[in-house]
Amino acid sequence: MSPFPLSSYLVAAIFGFVVATTVAGSLIAILSQRIIRSVAGLALCSLGLAGLYYFLNSPFLALMEILIYIGAVCVTIIFGVMLSETDEPKPQGKPGRERWWAAIAALVSVAIFWGLARTSLYGAWPVAGIPVTDGSVQTIGVSLLTTYSLPFELISLVLLVAILGALTLARGGRSKP
Amino acid sequence: MNLSHLPDQPAVYLMLAAFLLAAGIFGLIRRRTFIGMLISGELIFAAAGLNFMTANRFMAPDPAVGQIVVLFIMGLAAAEVAIALSIILAVYRNYRSIHSKELSELNG
Repeated sequence: MSPFPLSSYLVAAIFGFVVATTVAGSLIAILSQRIIRSVAGLALCSLGLAGLYYFLNSPFLALMEILIYIGAVCVTIIFGVMLSETDEPKPQGKPGRERWWAAIAALVSVAIFWGLARTSLYGAWPVAGIPVTDGSVQTIGVSLLTTYSLPFELISLVLLVAILGALTLARGGRSKP
Repeated sequence: MNLSHLPDQPAVYLMLAAFLLAAGIFGLIRRRTFIGMLISGELIFAAAGLNFMTANRFMAPDPAVGQIVVLFIMGLAAAEVAIALSIILAVYRNYRSIHSKELSELNG
């Protein structure tokens, strides 16, 4: 059976599209002035990340990324935006001072990116041996119920406490005008 | 380097994770509202998850461990968002503002 013609280039093009989606989404998320656009950027970034997880041999995590990040986190943040303010405030200080702070922030993040990118390009990364499991959903489920059963129960406890805490915090002060 | 081998290079994923981390830290410094800072924090969580999955795919012998860890990271991120948003709503009820400059009562 011969492969689909140009399939490797097609895969490379899809990969490039997914990477571009992630980068564009994160840039929209941090640079836009309206918060609702920034939430949309976060959703776009999560969609790109789901594609990247698919390329990393994990369709299960790709589905979970879409389900949790876009379906739960982004929708919750949108509710938060609707219940509070929707815009970034205009910078109040002197413009020169604002520019200094922006330059310092850009410097810090570029330094972090440069250091990590250098490590990832030239670091001596170990090569994986022969995989001991196949990494399928069945394997994940079995590990969650045997080896990782304690963290699994703990994370359910964390989620329960988070829900109760969120209810308690958001309930206070409702009677005030 | 042949372009069609790009999805099989760990450096691409690692550099993308580094970019997401840098973008998240830039947003954390520059954003002036709490919701914007929360979104930047989510980007940092996403960078951590991508790093774990890259190590899982290219360097770890057991491909199930990284997926479980990333699943836990997603759960923690969801819990963090719920708590942070309820704090933001409580702050907005009391101060009528979520701008980080105006909440400065503890500022000495």
